[in-house]
Amino acid sequence: MNKNFLTKIGAILAILIVFLYGIFGIPKSFSGDGLRTAVTDHIHLGLDLRGGTHLVLQVRVNDAVNVDAQNAIEVLKDQLHTKKIDYTDISQADPPIPGHPQSTPDRIVIKGVQASSRSDLLSIVSERLPEYDISGGADNTWNMAMKPSMLLDLKNKAVAQAIETIRNRIDALGVSEPTIQEHGLGQYQILVQLPGVDDPQRVKDIMQNTAMLEIKQMTDGPYPTEQAALQAKNGIIPADSLLMTGQCATGPEPTWCYVSRASAVRGKDLRSADPSTDQNGKPSVSFTLTGEGGQRFYSFTSAHVGDNLAVVLDNKVQEVAGIREAIRDRGEISGGAMNEQQAKDLSMILRSGALPAGIDYLEERTVGPSLGADSIRAGVRAAVVGMLAVLIFMLIYYRGAGINADIALILNLIILLGFMGFFEAVLTLPGIAGVILTVGMGVDSNVLIFERIREELRNGKTPPSAVDQGFSHAWITIVDTHVTTIVSAAILFIFGTGPVKGFATTLTFGLLANLFTAVFVSRVIFDWILSRKQRGEALSI
Amino acid sequence: MEFFHDVNIDFLGKKWYFLAFSLIFSVAGVFSMLFWHGIPWGVDFRGGTLVYVKFSHTPDLQAVRAAMDRVGLHDPKIQTYDQPSLNEVLVDLDVRETNEAALDQGKNKIIQALETNIPTGKQDLNNASSLTIKNYLADKDPMHLGSDADQKYLAQAQAIVNYRDKTAGGVLTSLDQLKGAPGTDPATVATLNDGFYLSDFNVRNVEIVGPQVGGQLRRQAGLATLYSLAGMLIYLGFRFEWIYGVAAVITVFHDTLITLGAFSLLKEDVSLTVIAAILTLIGYSNNDTIVVFDRIRENIKLMRREKLSEIVNRSINQTLSRTILTAGLTFLTVLALFLFGGEVLRGFSLALVIGILIGTYSSIAIAAPILVAYQDWRIEKGRQLNLGSGAGKPDSKKQASGKPALSPAKAK
Repeated sequence: MNKNFLTKIGAILAILIVFLYGIFGIPKSFSGDGLRTAVTDHIHLGLDLRGGTHLVLQVRVNDAVNVDAQNAIEVLKDQLHTKKIDYTDISQADPPIPGHPQSTPDRIVIKGVQASSRSDLLSIVSERLPEYDISGGADNTWNMAMKPSMLLDLKNKAVAQAIETIRNRIDALGVSEPTIQEHGLGQYQILVQLPGVDDPQRVKDIMQNTAMLEIKQMTDGPYPTEQAALQAKNGIIPADSLLMTGQCATGPEPTWCYVSRASAVRGKDLRSADPSTDQNGKPSVSFTLTGEGGQRFYSFTSAHVGDNLAVVLDNKVQEVAGIREAIRDRGEISGGAMNEQQAKDLSMILRSGALPAGIDYLEERTVGPSLGADSIRAGVRAAVVGMLAVLIFMLIYYRGAGINADIALILNLIILLGFMGFFEAVLTLPGIAGVILTVGMGVDSNVLIFERIREELRNGKTPPSAVDQGFSHAWITIVDTHVTTIVSAAILFIFGTGPVKGFATTLTFGLLANLFTAVFVSRVIFDWILSRKQRGEALSI
Repeated sequence: MEFFHDVNIDFLGKKWYFLAFSLIFSVAGVFSMLFWHGIPWGVDFRGGTLVYVKFSHTPDLQAVRAAMDRVGLHDPKIQTYDQPSLNEVLVDLDVRETNEAALDQGKNKIIQALETNIPTGKQDLNNASSLTIKNYLADKDPMHLGSDADQKYLAQAQAIVNYRDKTAGGVLTSLDQLKGAPGTDPATVATLNDGFYLSDFNVRNVEIVGPQVGGQLRRQAGLATLYSLAGMLIYLGFRFEWIYGVAAVITVFHDTLITLGAFSLLKEDVSLTVIAAILTLIGYSNNDTIVVFDRIRENIKLMRREKLSEIVNRSINQTLSRTILTAGLTFLTVLALFLFGGEVLRGFSLALVIGILIGTYSSIAIAAPILVAYQDWRIEKGRQLNLGSGAGKPDSKKQASGKPALSPAKAK
């Protein structure tokens, strides 16, 4: 036995140990249970095996664009006013209408600005609203639209911020190992995976809550119905007011009231929010404001002592209270039939910050833990049966060389699972299928090599030269076959999600490991066998 | 042991039989996809709601259907799922029952339909989440815990849910079953009776896919398939001559078509995992084709005087043993998956079972004849054949060193 050969054996053993460590780590005990916990610590199971909830969310990015455009309109009006430039109307070309998705919320139409004010208008836009382009001027009508790169940026930011907010909320709920990430290619979707969550309703409500908190002045009301409220104003809502529903008066029935369009306090002015109890001992949420927000709240409340303020959450009036004195930095949300859990959730949602845009659910999958357990059992059973069938077949068909193939195959599986452990890849049910398929496809390499060796032997070559020829001829074919399958798996990895991705992962890792085991390891074993044989002695294949 | 020793079958002579066989199956599949069953898209692709319900007794499908009608569901498809002895029913609602505002309204209606005779003020323990149970327990406080009761009751609730889902298989038939369940406190179990009752079912698994996702996924699946085929064409065109790539891709396309057609004929759902299986097959089916092509290329250099059809036939016969063995071994594992892998993977393993059979057949019966047909066509047009790889004399070392032989065969 030469030194080179010993080095190879050493390398194989080292790799074996490294990947065994990837699967088991250093187990606390070597009993069956000890090993089982060691495996489950290192190999992460997918949602389909451990049970849990899988959600795909669509972020309504146009919401964020809409807010930006409305803000831009305010800035424009303000600037034109200060510069004493006349205009007849500034509005969005595609205004938000409930129930109709906006397609171009960033388009703004300015009407009635004389051509003589052109340079002033352009300088306002370039100085104060650099993210917009302005064009036109004919008929004193001007069109503004957000620059495409800015628009894309704003939408991407909305998604990133939504992910951040959702992560905060889910972390606060104590879900372990959640996955929250962007999903799909530029569709503004978010994938949320929550292992162990069997009742998605509460999590969904919490995630979907935009938590847009505003404190406004209640200007008129309450009215029992929408009609009554409209009738009181002869059917025209005053320009500076909004008609809202909710708890405009105490009592279980929703009522209607007018509130100021401007908000004294917004969600971003909150410093903290905590569950507490109101003066009646009912659950409520108390909050404190930041320095700046508190300043604004103070000037608002001192100017409106004796008036009513409305606490508005997501465009619904949560509570109306009289302003008895100027308040600086704290407040309370109560009213409604809030229970303790809801108060806790609401304060958590407020703390986590507002969602920049609304979200819709596109996909919801819940796997009960009993189904996951059944799937593991079935998957493992199929893997064991498939593997045994292959191992036994190889032994019968190739005798001595069959042992060689079987060793390579087992090593292949160890490396595959070790990879999974090291890369923290997720094992899904199709992933288990990928492991089984790796066994079937991996052994193909051995067959290609062995058949070629047999052919060379038939042509009268000596065993060492037949082995040499067999490996070198089969090698190129093996590479070709692996490349085509891995190309497919890679495309699958890009295109697939969840379980399917798990399949692509195991198949790719498995076939890569196979290149090493079926070619290198098998060759070393053959060399070892040949080195122990007399010249001319037959090879068991 | 050896299955195929010195076989010499005239595969090319049977090409018309092969062609007829392939045509019958692909045309039947295409007809079924176009005019009969269509492509039976799974819930991932068409959108809709699937709810898997496990009953404590043999479910009466008529009664389930009647209950669904009562809550006004649009013609739900109701069928037993998996082995009948498992008492599982799959309720399949079409995409009309999902909408943007309430994606899960269909699921909620199904649960509402099945929950009959609810005792007033009680909740269904078989469908209660651990949170619901925890909230109830924290309210009742049967263990008289002062501080951190929340955590302890959550652990109790989880132990109850665990026992229900893992040990009792999802459905409890009596609250007494929980006595002595690991991790539960007797006082906790005793108090459940006041707030919970047991229905006769448990929702095991829910899949809801909204209408937008389906269209998007269908597009992506189509694109992924095209990318895969293009990838094969480019790689094989690079490694061999372009005509080999074309022949391989036509062959794989044929396999894909017949597999999809079989799903349409059998009315089996084409789910995401089925598409995954088909994409894998696009890669794997090429393996046998590559083995045959490799040998053809090698033999072209060795057998300069023979006709191409002779060479191709010889190559197929020489590699027949390994083609059958490799495909057979993979088929063995896939068959294990189909027989023992459980209901969830059925579509996936069925696609692989069909695909591997067809893929092996086609690498012999379709891919190689395309090469010969191409050459015949070229000769008819009076041009030279260009299939070889190595210029000059037979050179096995060149191949062994792993360098792709790209130069076209000039010597002939």
